[in-house]
Amino acid sequence: MTWIFLSSGFLLGWSLGANNAGNIFGPAVGTRMVKFRTAAAIASIFVILGAVISGAGAAHTYGKLGAINAIAGSFTAALSAALTVFWMTKLGLPVSTTQAIVGAIIGWDVFSGNLIDTTTLSKILSTWVASPILSGIFAFVFYIALRHYLARVRIHILEMDLYTRIGLILIAAFGAYSLGANNIANVMGVFISSNPFKSLDLGLFRLKDIQVLFLTGGVFIAIGIFTYSYRVIKTVGNDIFKLSPIAALITLLSESIVLFIFASQKLERLLISIGLPPIPLVPVSSSQAVVGGVIGVAFAKKGWKMINYRLLIKIVMGWIFTPVSSGLLTFFSLFIMQNVFTQPVYYPKPHIITQDVIEKLSNMGIKDPNLIELEDKIFKTQVKLKSVLKEKTSLNSDQILKVIELSEVDSILIDSNLVNQILDPDMFTYCQLKSLKKLHGQLFIYKWQLKDKLQKICKDWRYTGDKLHDKDINEKLNIIFRKFRISEIRRLQPS
Amino acid sequence: MFTIFKKTRELEAEISKFLDTIIEASIHFKEGMKYYLQGNIAPFEEKVRIIDKLESQADDLRRSVEENLYLNMLLPEARGDVLALLENSDDVLNAVEETIIECSVEKPECKEELKQEMMQLVEAVVDAVDEMVSTVRDYFTNLSDVPNHITKLKVHEHETDEIGERMRRKIFRRNDLDLCQKMQLRDFVLRLEKIADLAEDVGDRVDIYRIKRLV
Repeated sequence: MTWIFLSSGFLLGWSLGANNAGNIFGPAVGTRMVKFRTAAAIASIFVILGAVISGAGAAHTYGKLGAINAIAGSFTAALSAALTVFWMTKLGLPVSTTQAIVGAIIGWDVFSGNLIDTTTLSKILSTWVASPILSGIFAFVFYIALRHYLARVRIHILEMDLYTRIGLILIAAFGAYSLGANNIANVMGVFISSNPFKSLDLGLFRLKDIQVLFLTGGVFIAIGIFTYSYRVIKTVGNDIFKLSPIAALITLLSESIVLFIFASQKLERLLISIGLPPIPLVPVSSSQAVVGGVIGVAFAKKGWKMINYRLLIKIVMGWIFTPVSSGLLTFFSLFIMQNVFTQPVYYPKPHIITQDVIEKLSNMGIKDPNLIELEDKIFKTQVKLKSVLKEKTSLNSDQILKVIELSEVDSILIDSNLVNQILDPDMFTYCQLKSLKKLHGQLFIYKWQLKDKLQKICKDWRYTGDKLHDKDINEKLNIIFRKFRISEIRRLQPS
Repeated sequence: MFTIFKKTRELEAEISKFLDTIIEASIHFKEGMKYYLQGNIAPFEEKVRIIDKLESQADDLRRSVEENLYLNMLLPEARGDVLALLENSDDVLNAVEETIIECSVEKPECKEELKQEMMQLVEAVVDAVDEMVSTVRDYFTNLSDVPNHITKLKVHEHETDEIGERMRRKIFRRNDLDLCQKMQLRDFVLRLEKIADLAEDVGDRVDIYRIKRLV
């Protein structure tokens, strides 16, 4: 059954490989600089490596936008996104998997009554605008620099041809890695919260459960590359194919760098460590990054004259039209899935404002006399709780969000026997693991209760104000919340 | 990986050798014509033989380069242009060879008063051919210098036209030549002009190919 549900993710993976791999090695094959098989083999290997090694960063953002927690819901969201991509491609409209999947996640959020995280959403939307612009700027700068360089040095046309070939192959590898790292979230992101895989020990190294999920997704991207991308490159055609091999090389390099910087956790860490604002890790559309690159090169060649306004309108239309249609389709499909096929498409996350929550809130300076009135009442959805809080209390919207966050009911049971079994011991300090074991047998209804307890017992769990360190702590806590959730423990121990 | 670099260098050397052969032939052509006009027929015939040999060498080199470009799928974008350049440059060399052979076969009589101008014409033609070779060479390695060479090439071609026309007028105004002698000389002058025309055509092509190659 699980595999059937995962199939829609595989379909998305296949379509990503078929449609978007051309953005990575299309010109290399299209200009006959590199054989298709060579390019496809390199791209397949690196797309999988990128997905497994660096896929987590961008995927995490989707989790914040909406953690689809029932596999039937993930299936429906991925299928709706895939159908939207398919349908819009048929209509000849510009489409990107990235935009379709974001629409699908929002569709699920609305259906399940979850609040849409506007901070994350605006972060995602701003990267959509930023990625083609950034890619254009990179392409412009690289083009001008390369032209100056080539005017100065004397390179034989044959050597130039050789370097271009090598460059195209290297960029196919780098681009595929970045595509895998950045876009695996589009394919498998919706399955993270309902991931059916366990971690895999391969002797030399160990793949985490999410990495196994990404590996399977990556394999389907590779299948898409081998089975269909050639046809797409040959028939659909592309703006980049009209470029000279060197201009194509610059375009692809710019696109790959954009995909990479929006996926690299290492770069994020580096920026934070030198005190710069980090680049958000968000899946971006490779097609749009390519178009940005093409415009950058054309601009460097001909200036303002070349701006193709129709192309720009197409890009902007993609930002709006794709997520909206995918979101609507997801909403209706979830309705059908739930009511016709009677599959749970989400597990409700009830909210209860207990005495503990009120106390915690008042410690944080959030007080309202009317909160007592709501004590111990169950709210089935975030949307409902929000409307009640708005109506009955005088809290501002930030405070309301805090109430919603703290009152979310979870059920986390710490089992010290499982600590060594399901956690990666290299990830945690001795003190962190020990503190966790100390809580053996305790049940936590709220995540923050577990967090507070751990921070009390072991200083390694405490925040220091250092952004990197605090981010690490949050990531580790999230792993613990996920792994020790009662539903997860039951799945691991069916007996 | 190293074999690819080695192959590329070998191919570059072959192209360069092909162009060197044209230059070499043009030098022998100039010297040969000088001997002919001086009436030194034996060394002239020797030059004819050398040019004939160089022409077939150039043919072999061109074929080898073409074969390599196709077999190794090199220069997918510019392959057609490069092949056309090599073939058209070869056409110029062929014209040089045919002209000197024709001279050896027909032995046209050049009156003393015309000899100086004839030599000027030959020199202008050879200059045009040399400039054409520089143009083609720089198309491969140094695009920015190509326009300079093309300008010089055009000047030499124009010079051949001027000298040629002047000579033809003089030839037909003379009373000491039969009509058939006049026509024979005219043909020879036209042949020489044709070489410069072909060289100029190559320059015009390079001008277009250069624009195509600008990144």
